[in-house]
Amino acid sequence: MQKNDKWDIDITPRRKWYELRLKEVYSYRDLIWLLVKRSFSAQYKQTVLGPLWFIINPLISSFISTLVFGNIAGIESDGVPYFLFYLCGYTLWNYFSTCVNQTSTTFTTNANIMGKVYFPRLTMPISSVIFSALNMIIIFFLSIIAMIVYRIQGFEIHTTAMIWIIPLLMLQTAVLGLGVGIIISSLTTKYRDLTILVGFGIQLWMYITPVVYPMTAVKGSLKTIILLNPMSAVIQNYKYALLGIGTFEPLYWLISVIMTGVLFLLGVLLFNNVEQTFMDTV
Amino acid sequence: MSDTAIKIENLKKQYTLGAIGGKTLSADLNMWWAKVRGKENPYAKIGEDTSNYGQKFYALNGINLEIKKGEAVGIIGTNGAGKSTLLKLLSRVTAPTEGRIRINGRITSMLEVGTGFHPELTGRENIYMNGAILGMTKAEIDSKMEDIIEFSECRQFIDTPVKRYSSGMYVKLAFSVAAHLDSDIMIMDEVLAVGDMKFQQKCLGKMDDAAHGEGKTILYVSHNMTTIRQLCSRCIVLSHGTVIFDGDVESAIEVYMGENKVSNAETEIAKVKRAPEFSDHKVTMTKLTVDNDQGQYMVGDVIKGKLFVDSPETIDDVHLRIIVKHADGTPITMSTSSSTVSFNKGENDIDFVLDTSMLAPGRYNLGFVVYNVNEYGTDQTLDGVHSVYVFQVSGGDGFNNNMEWKNKYWGYVLGKELEVK
Repeated sequence: MQKNDKWDIDITPRRKWYELRLKEVYSYRDLIWLLVKRSFSAQYKQTVLGPLWFIINPLISSFISTLVFGNIAGIESDGVPYFLFYLCGYTLWNYFSTCVNQTSTTFTTNANIMGKVYFPRLTMPISSVIFSALNMIIIFFLSIIAMIVYRIQGFEIHTTAMIWIIPLLMLQTAVLGLGVGIIISSLTTKYRDLTILVGFGIQLWMYITPVVYPMTAVKGSLKTIILLNPMSAVIQNYKYALLGIGTFEPLYWLISVIMTGVLFLLGVLLFNNVEQTFMDTV
Repeated sequence: MSDTAIKIENLKKQYTLGAIGGKTLSADLNMWWAKVRGKENPYAKIGEDTSNYGQKFYALNGINLEIKKGEAVGIIGTNGAGKSTLLKLLSRVTAPTEGRIRINGRITSMLEVGTGFHPELTGRENIYMNGAILGMTKAEIDSKMEDIIEFSECRQFIDTPVKRYSSGMYVKLAFSVAAHLDSDIMIMDEVLAVGDMKFQQKCLGKMDDAAHGEGKTILYVSHNMTTIRQLCSRCIVLSHGTVIFDGDVESAIEVYMGENKVSNAETEIAKVKRAPEFSDHKVTMTKLTVDNDQGQYMVGDVIKGKLFVDSPETIDDVHLRIIVKHADGTPITMSTSSSTVSFNKGENDIDFVLDTSMLAPGRYNLGFVVYNVNEYGTDQTLDGVHSVYVFQVSGGDGFNNNMEWKNKYWGYVLGKELEVK
């Protein structure tokens, strides 16, 4: 009788819940990269402006926010020009919401491919998170340009020394978006209702995150609730690092990092459990 | 290192009959609530038999197999025998309910050609995409790129988006990627039926090389006995989720065809499900009786029979047509009557004598069509059934009688005796 470790592949009814096979995901890194490239060319082939849409989208939504939240509603922005304030708020928030939206439909939209061939299923959500990162980075540079323009016009913007944490915040957003997205995608293989809730839920989530308002405008117990939301600390610290507004919140950031880790781990475990048999129920 | 490529132990896959869940949470809750109150399932279709609803069904029921390295194994069986389920489990698309599969070597499955092809991408980009999904790294694809393009016969269009391809080019390209995979075990589900005749032969040749030249292990599922014969050295017959035969190809095909046993002297055909073209039949063929109760004939015998037909009215000028097919599904010939009969209202019968002297030894079946010719000279089908009477033709006296007739090489029609001087 052979020992088990001599076999390359061992297929059993249920994997152990901790058997995540992340090494296998790494060995399919070329696939992840190709999926990113595929999304890119599929989205912008036969469009006149092509990747320029990356820039136009955030510009328009920041502009509209300036009109609605800034000029009409009159929400303050901690002394930073409205346009810049919203652009910075949307940079990470948009990234987070696209990550959740796209990865939450992993199983249902790719059921076709996944029903025919095996590859580590996690490559799909990972690639869409990477693809969306491109979008975010472009908005980031756009806000840098906007900052320079405002500087020339005479606005004082106090970028702090904490600017080095920005890449970390971006990474955390990606991990959190991926985690939440795959939790949803694992739960939606059987019940599709949840998918409809996602779009709605993300919208609500934005309002308990300091995206279009500064943290200083929030008072009392509401403030604690908002700060316990893992995205709040991320966006708060991002604005602090880049624009020098608000406060740096190390404690809430730590809580947010821990929550991110827990959600991500939970997501991977759930996903791992669902991917084995989802083809029978999707 | 052992020479076993795949070892399957007591493999089972269970499905639940009926729809799996109500697709939405509210539907599931409704169904549960109805059950609690002892009401009917609100989502059951009216008139639907729900007695087997929720029952367990084993698509695979205890498969044990061991496949050696370098073997080309064919898997045959009727629809629903569990072939595709087995391939799905092997290619890890879904997990088994019980049992275990262990595999040595790299495995790739071709359950479908062109998985992951995106219409907006060019041929070249899709080669990368498809290759990566099938488990190749970019470097591996790069090294095979030229071969793949060459094999696909699409070089001229390789940098054009595949949405502009003809469907033939599309599958050719897709097959080429799969055929150049650098794997030890290949799983194929009837994907060879792509492209034109020439390309199909090329594909088979490539598979043949892989199996016999390069020593790859191949698992091939098909309903096409010719390709099974061409490609495989061993064949497994599945039936109702279990292996009923495992051995050489010819015997396996024999077993597979034997599943439809030869007919008796009397065959009920009133309730045989009519093919779509016969679904609105005006009369009903009810029964067939023949003068041979074993379904066994010698070469040169004739089949004498009587076909019973129920007619709602008087119909004149009725012709009978008999279609002869080999048990592997190949149509052989057709006989029709120039003389006609008339149907009265009620039960009628038609006596016929079918000359089968052109048939080589083998297993055949007969299909029947009754039709009449109207005053304008056009045919009107009254009723028809396919392949209802199964019979065996064995080598008779005279020439060739002591030689086993091989349909694979000699076909289905008996040649006239050769004269030599």
